[in-house]
Amino acid sequence: MAYDYAKYLRPGKLPHIWCAGCTYGIVLKSMIRAIDSLNYDKNDVVVTSGIGCCSRLPGYVDFNTLHTTHGRSIAFATGVKVANPKLKVIALGGDGDMTAIGGNHFIHACRRNIDITVFVFNNNIYGMTGAQYSPTTPKGAWATTAPYGMTENNFDITSLAIGAGASFVARTTAYHATHCEKMIKEALEHKGLSVVEIINACPTGFGRKNKFKTPTSMLLWMKDSAVNVEKAKNMSPEELAGKFTIGVLHKEEKPEYLETYDATVGLKK
Amino acid sequence: MAKAERIEINKKWCKGCEICVELCPTNALEMVDFKVAVKDLEKCIACMQCELRCPDFAIVVYKKEKE
Amino acid sequence: MAKKLEFMMGNHAVAEGALYAGCKFYGGYPITPSTEVAERMAERLPKVGGRFIQMEDEIAAMASVIGASLAGVKSLTATSGPGLSLKQENIGYAMLCEIPVVIVDVMRGGPSTGMPTGPSQSDIMQAKWGTHGDHPVIAVTPASVQEQFNETVRAFNLAEKYRCPVYVLTDAIIGQMMEQLEIPEPGELEVIERPKPDCKPEEYLPFDMDKEFVPLAAFGSGYRYHVTGLHHNSDGFPTNDPVLHTKNTVRLIERINKNYDDIMKVEEFMTDDAEVLVFAIGVSARSAKHAVIEARNQGIKAGLLRPLTIWPFPDKHIDNILNKGNVKGIVVPEMNLGQMTLEVQRVAKGRCQVEGLFSLMLDPILPGEIVEKIRRFV
Repeated sequence: MAYDYAKYLRPGKLPHIWCAGCTYGIVLKSMIRAIDSLNYDKNDVVVTSGIGCCSRLPGYVDFNTLHTTHGRSIAFATGVKVANPKLKVIALGGDGDMTAIGGNHFIHACRRNIDITVFVFNNNIYGMTGAQYSPTTPKGAWATTAPYGMTENNFDITSLAIGAGASFVARTTAYHATHCEKMIKEALEHKGLSVVEIINACPTGFGRKNKFKTPTSMLLWMKDSAVNVEKAKNMSPEELAGKFTIGVLHKEEKPEYLETYDATVGLKK
Repeated sequence: MAKAERIEINKKWCKGCEICVELCPTNALEMVDFKVAVKDLEKCIACMQCELRCPDFAIVVYKKEKE
Repeated sequence: MAKKLEFMMGNHAVAEGALYAGCKFYGGYPITPSTEVAERMAERLPKVGGRFIQMEDEIAAMASVIGASLAGVKSLTATSGPGLSLKQENIGYAMLCEIPVVIVDVMRGGPSTGMPTGPSQSDIMQAKWGTHGDHPVIAVTPASVQEQFNETVRAFNLAEKYRCPVYVLTDAIIGQMMEQLEIPEPGELEVIERPKPDCKPEEYLPFDMDKEFVPLAAFGSGYRYHVTGLHHNSDGFPTNDPVLHTKNTVRLIERINKNYDDIMKVEEFMTDDAEVLVFAIGVSARSAKHAVIEARNQGIKAGLLRPLTIWPFPDKHIDNILNKGNVKGIVVPEMNLGQMTLEVQRVAKGRCQVEGLFSLMLDPILPGEIVEKIRRFV
C-alpha cells in the first residue's frame, strides 16, 4: 500500500514552491514518515525555520509552524521549548541559515544540549537569492558571488555540531530517502540537541553551473559519494577521498539543558 | 517479482524533473509533454524508487496484492 | 493593612512589575545599563514557575521571547541602544505577526557603543522607526522607580490587549537609581490575561484581517497554525497580493491609532492656564516638574505635559492644550539633539513656538536650565 502523506499535509498548499528537481520534497516526505512512525500528537509538534528555500517547508505540514527571520530558527525554537518543554520542537534551516547568519545560534544550542531536533538542509548554495556561495560551497565551485570559483574553505556541519557539544549528530542525503527517514526518527527520539545534516541538491542554483546536468545526476552523486560510517571505519583515507560518511556520526548521553536548569534552580512547578 | 496494480500520477504537481524516469530500473515511465507518464505498467516491479524520490508528491504506486 | 514598601533599583522594579503582570519567561543578553533586569529575573523567575535564559546574542534574545510568547507565555527582554538595534529585525517580526512581548530599553548614549554607562534619551526614534517597514509602535515612559513597576505592568497589559510588542522606554538614571517602591497587592493593579480563541480549531484565522483583534492561540493548545514574517493572509499563509498587504498594514496601524484614548497616558501638571508648556519624559520630566514649580514661584504660568506613553505620540493632548489659545511656547528638554522636539513641532503646526533644550552631557538636564528656557517665552 502506498504511503498516504495527506494526514500531515495542509490541504491546498501543494504544489510546493521548490524548483523542478529540488530534493527538499524528498526530505519532506522522509520527515513526514519519520514523525508518523513516532505517533506524535500533531498538536504537540512545533516546526520552526529561518529564511531560504527549505525554510518554506513548515508551511506545508499540519503542525504548529513558525517561519522566522533569516538564521533565527533555533533561537525562536529555544524560546518555544523553554516556555513549554512538553512540545516536540524541530528547528530546520539551510546551510546559509544555520551556519552563516545563524551560526551563533547553531553552536550555542549544541553547547546547551537543549532538547531540540535540528535539520540542516545542506545544498551548498544560497538558492533563494540566486546561487550565492555559502559556508558549505565546495572550494572551486561556481556561485554567482564566486564567479571565478569558491575561494573560501568550507564548514563540515557535523564536525561543527560535535565540537560545539551536540549529543546526537547524523548525516544523510536526499537520495537515501529511507536512511534519511531513519536518521530523522533517531534524532527525534534522542533527548538533547540533535543535528541531522541532510545533503540536498539545488539543480537550479548549484547543479547546472557545476557540471551536474540533471537533478538525477546530483542524486547519483550522493549515491556514489556517500559511505556508511560503519563501512568507512575499514576504509583507507585514499579510498575515502572525495567521499563523505552518512549515518549516526556521534551519539552520547548527557544531561539535557532544561532538566539541568529546572533541577538547579529548583523550579517551582 | 512484485507488480504494480496501478500508478497514479498527479500531473498538476509534477514539475517534470525526470528523477523518477531516470531512476526507474525497468524503464516503465516516460516523459510526455514535460510531465511523467506511465509507459508500460507491465514493466513496473513496484520497487517504489520513483514514489520514494519524487520531490513533488506526484507519483503513487499501488502494489498488486500477491496472487 | 500596612503597605509593602521596598527601597529598590529601577531596573529591579521593572523585573518585579513583569512578575506582577504574570511574566514567566525572560530571554536576554547582558548590556549596560539594563543588566540588572536580567539578573533579577534570573533569580526570581524560577520561584514563580518561570524560566530565564541568557541567549547567545541580542538577536537570539529577541527571537526567544517571541517563541516563548507563541508558546503562550508572557515574555520579557531588556536591553539598551546597541542591543535594541540588533533586535530590530525580530521586533518587526513580532509587529507583523502580532505577537505580544515586552521590550525594556534602558537608554544610554549613542550612536554605537557610545556612552555605555551614561544616561540618554536617544532611542525615542529608534523605538519608533528602528525596524523597517510601516508598523505601529507602543512605548511607555516611566520616570520613577514606582513607575518602572507600574508601567511595566501596563506594558504587558497593552501587549496582550493589542497583540503587539510594547516598549518600556526608560533611561540609565531611572533604571539605575534607587527609590521607594510600594509593591501593589495582587489585584490592586489591573492585569490583562491573554484571551483564548473560542472558535473551533479548523475555523481559527489567527490573523483575520476583517477583525480588529483575534485571540492568539498558544502552540500546543490544539490550534495548529502557521506564522510567517512574510506578508500573510488571514490564515497566516504567505501572500504576494499588494491589496492584502496594504489592508493588513493599515489595519495594524489603525487599531493602535483608533485606541489612542486607551493606550495614551499623560500627566498634566498645572497646564490649565499655562502659557509656557514643558513637554518631557523620563528623567527630564523630573527636572521639568521642578522647573515648572520654580517658574510658578517666579510668577510665570508654566505647566508640564508629561507623557507616560510616548508612542503613539500624544497629539490629541498637545492639541487640546494648544486649542485653549493660552500657550505661547513649548519647551522640550530631552537628552538627545531633538528627537521629540520635531514631533512636538509637527503637532504644534506653528500655533506656538517650540524650542528644544538638548543635552548630551551625562547629567540630567537641570531644573534651572529649563526655567531659563521657559523665561525666554515671557
